[in-house]
Order: sequence, then structure tokens, then C-alpha cells
Amino acid sequence: MKRLKAPALWTILAAVAVAGIWPLLNRSATLREDMFLILMFVTLASSLNILLGYTGYVNFGHIVFFGLGGYIGFYLISQQGWHLIPAALAAALVTTLLAALMGGAVLRLRGAYFALATLGINEATRAFVTNFKPFGEATGLSLHFSRYQEYGGPASALWFTYALLVIVTLVTLLVSYLVKTSKFGLGLMAIREDEDAAMVLGIHAPRAKTIAFALSAFFPAIVGTLFFFKNGNIEPGDAFRLHMSIEGIVMIMLGGFGTVTGPVIGSAVYERLRGYLLTTPLFKDLQLFFAGMLLLIIILFVPSGFIGWLRERSARLREVLQ
Amino acid sequence: MTDQVILQIEGVTKRFGGLVAVNQVSFEIREGEILGLIGPNGAGKTTLFNVINGVYAPDEGRVIFRGEVISGLPSYEVARKGIARAHQVVRPLNELTVLENVVVGAAYGRRNLPLGEAARVADEVLEFVGLAPKRHLLAGKLNVAEKKRLEMARALAAQPYLILLDEVLAGLNPGEVAAMLDVVRQIRERGITILMIEHLMHAVMNVSDRIVVLDYGSKIAMGTPQEVANDPKVIEAYLGDPKMAQHLLEEQGENEEGGADGHS
Repeated sequence: MKRLKAPALWTILAAVAVAGIWPLLNRSATLREDMFLILMFVTLASSLNILLGYTGYVNFGHIVFFGLGGYIGFYLISQQGWHLIPAALAAALVTTLLAALMGGAVLRLRGAYFALATLGINEATRAFVTNFKPFGEATGLSLHFSRYQEYGGPASALWFTYALLVIVTLVTLLVSYLVKTSKFGLGLMAIREDEDAAMVLGIHAPRAKTIAFALSAFFPAIVGTLFFFKNGNIEPGDAFRLHMSIEGIVMIMLGGFGTVTGPVIGSAVYERLRGYLLTTPLFKDLQLFFAGMLLLIIILFVPSGFIGWLRERSARLREVLQ
Repeated sequence: MTDQVILQIEGVTKRFGGLVAVNQVSFEIREGEILGLIGPNGAGKTTLFNVINGVYAPDEGRVIFRGEVISGLPSYEVARKGIARAHQVVRPLNELTVLENVVVGAAYGRRNLPLGEAARVADEVLEFVGLAPKRHLLAGKLNVAEKKRLEMARALAAQPYLILLDEVLAGLNPGEVAAMLDVVRQIRERGITILMIEHLMHAVMNVSDRIVVLDYGSKIAMGTPQEVANDPKVIEAYLGDPKMAQHLLEEQGENEEGGADGHS
């Protein structure tokens, strides 16, 4: 496979792998927590990018996959006694299946109507979970401390979860790249540019969009399970935070939508910025205000984002940077 | 040209609310022919194209392509059967390169090719329509004439049996028209059947084997360019636009003198 030999792919995978393994080597828990957040955002943004960047459908409810996956995985671990890995995979599969069912319906809508429907999905799911007994209703679920023994105690459970996240992030990026450079990805991008023209060209748009939507749900669901396992409890307010969806969109736009590298750079930069704002007393309540301003500035002045801007510089860069 | 019928339109009617856009239209296209579809603005030509390639399902009647009923199928399935289309209003995939645009056509067209092979077909088609030097440009950056060529290239890359050309000459200058007509003739030489809508009378009269005339959604005439241009009903249909009627007659004169230049 020629496209697997692309230097751009290996550069970005190597960079993320090095950054990801670094905390494992020097065993710094603070560094690990920082990286956990960054990698989590990289995965959320990259998976959202498959729908938003490649297919051109703005999803304001991407976080629903993180929340729903988190709940399913957490339920399997805490109530059914499953191990983290099979629980995360099962959560991802169920969430993907649900996304495929939902996608078949809401993807009939286009543009602003689709975007509004995705807001509705997030709120409806939150309302459902808040009233769903097996998921602990409004108070959520928590994990008994002893459950971490299976992983060699709480401390090593955290490291184990983190190592899994590094792997999941790398796989997400690889999948994002493979989708982008595949015939399927080309079809998605044709849909993004002009859906009706794409159908006349022979692209089965309803099916392609549904697959993209389902695929974009898989990785957030795994990350949701990892995140809430690490947290030890899950509740509706944490699982379905609307502003995380919006922050995901900011990260994609910042780095460059529709590119593989863009969401990585966007997530890293945004997470650092967010960390700075949250820890600076003057700004700590204004983090979302800055996110909004940032989004506005990007859309007005650099609509293609950082990587997109670079790609526009020359045809050569366009080929190398993905 | 063979006598084999490739596309059969049988009593097709399409209504939009109270408006009958296409009314009981029937005709057939033979394999390898160039059939011109003409008519005043609003005659239902583009609507008929939309029915043929699956954008709309007809309210009545059916469309038979290579012995198979295709009316009612979605456009992506019609494309797979081997009908490609160049749009009247160009629809380039702006943020993709010229090459990628054409690869989409090849990869998702009749033969459903994998990417590598589709890229080879695309390269060949770009060479053919003269867009090869621009292959790495973003499609949105092309000028109008180039975008028209891109529409054509994308449709050709699908390697269709039948190609629908919707006013591919509109908005081109005389030199570009002549060049485009050459491309149209060469497409036919490749064995692809052509159904074309065209307002540029001298061009469509020159290039078509037969012509179908629509007016207010109904077929009012069909025949060779000469027959159609002399048909009183056709002249009447264009009389709402006296300049057009005069035009028709002038071009008819030119045809008889054998004047085949695309510049008049």
C-alpha cells in the first residue's frame, strides 16, 4: 500500500507517540494528566473531523458519543464486572451501531438543520440517561475502589488507562489518514463540496454519510470509557457537556479542518491555551469567551486553519501535508 | 452509429405543483448518435435531463436504458449504469484539485474503479480535454471555460455509455466553442452516445444527427437538423423570440452552403 509509506503520516504518528510515551518514561503524574487531556482532545477532534472536515457536516453533538460510550463502558465495568478493554470495545461497538441508526435519520437534513438536530440529540440523550435507572439516573454511577485491584492498584490502573489512550489516539490518527486517502474519503470530500453533484457522479451519499457518522462515533466512545474509568464516577453533567463539542470544533478549525494533522495541532494548542486561561485568575471564568473569540477570528481570517493555510502556500506542501 | 436503441423515453411527465414541466414526452436515442435537445427557455429540457439521470422520478412514463427501466432509481445508481452528465451550471468540487475532481468521476462511475486505476483514467481524460497542465490546481480556481471542460472531463472519466451534456457551450467565446465542439465530436468517435441540450443553434445544428424540440414541456418536433429547422411548429415556438427564429433560418442557409465554421 503506497499511501502507508507517506512521510507525513509517520511524522505525525511519531510525534504523537513520542509525546505520548514521554510521561510513561519519566513517570510524572502531572505530565500524564496533561497529556491525557491533550490526547483525549486529539482523539475527539480527529474523529469529529471525519464528519465535519471530510464530509462537511457540522456536528454540535459529537460529545454525545463520548458520554454514551462512557456510560456503556462504565456500566459494564462497574455493574457487570467487565475488564476495561472489552468494556471499552463493547461500548464503542454499541455506540457506533446507535450512531448508524441515528445517522440514517438525521443525515437526511443538511446544513444548519443538521447542526440543530445534533444539538437535540445531545440534549435528548442526556435527558434519557438522567432518567435511566441502570445508569444511576441523575446521580450517575461510581466505581468501587477495590475494582482497581485487578489492574495492580489505583496508581497502576491510571498508568494502564493512559497507555491505552496513547494507543487509541495513534489508531484514531491512522484511521483518519486512511479514510482521507481512500476512495471512500474522496467520496466524502465530494459530498462536502457538492452533495447533489456527488450523487450524480455515482456516490451513494446516504450510505457514505452514515458510515462517516458511525465511524466518527467509535473512538470517542472508547475514550469516554477510559476517561470515566480513570475518574471513578460518571454523571450526566460530565458526560454530555455541550461546550466540549464546541471546543472540539474550535480545535479542528484552529488546526485546519479536513486535514489529518490539523486536529492534532489544534487540540494541543487549544488545550495549552485553555490550561493557561483556567489557571490565570484574571481569565479563569472567561475560557469559553476566548474559545468563542478564537473561533470567530479563525473563521473570519484563516478559515482553512493553520495546516490549511500552509497547504495553500504551494502545491508541493499540499501534497506532503495531509 | 448502429440501429440499437440505447435510451428510450416513454411518455414521461413531470409536474411541479400545477406546472407540467415535461408533458408526455417520448423519443429514443440510438447507440453512437448525437441527439440535440432544443427548445425555448423553460421548455423542460433540463427537467427531462433530471428525470433521465435520477435527480427526479417521473410522475408518469418511464425511462429505459439498455433494456432496463431506470426511472425512479436514485442518481448514484443511474451513474453506475453508465449515464454521466455535465451540468449547465458548472459544479466543480472547489476545494479538491482538478485531478481529484476527475478521479471522483472515474472511481464512482460506471466501472467503479479503485483509486489507482481511476487516477490513470483521469490523467488520460485530462489530457484529452486539454486540462492536463492544470491538474494540481484547485478546481475553484479555474476560469469558466476550464470549469466547463472539467464538467466534461468528470463525466467522461466515468466511461459512460451515454453522456448528457447540458449547455456545455453556454458562456464560451467563439474560439472556445469551436474547441469544445471538437471535443464533442471526439467523444462520439470514442463510441459514447451523446444527448445534448444546446441554445447555440448553429452549433447544435452542425453537430447533431437528429434533433428533438421541446416547447412548454411537450415534444413538438423531431428529425434531422434540416427537417427541424423547416418545421413550421418549431419556427412558431421560437417566434416568441423573433431573433431566434431568424437565427435558425440563417443557420439553415449556412448549413446548405456547407458552412460549418463554429464562429458565426
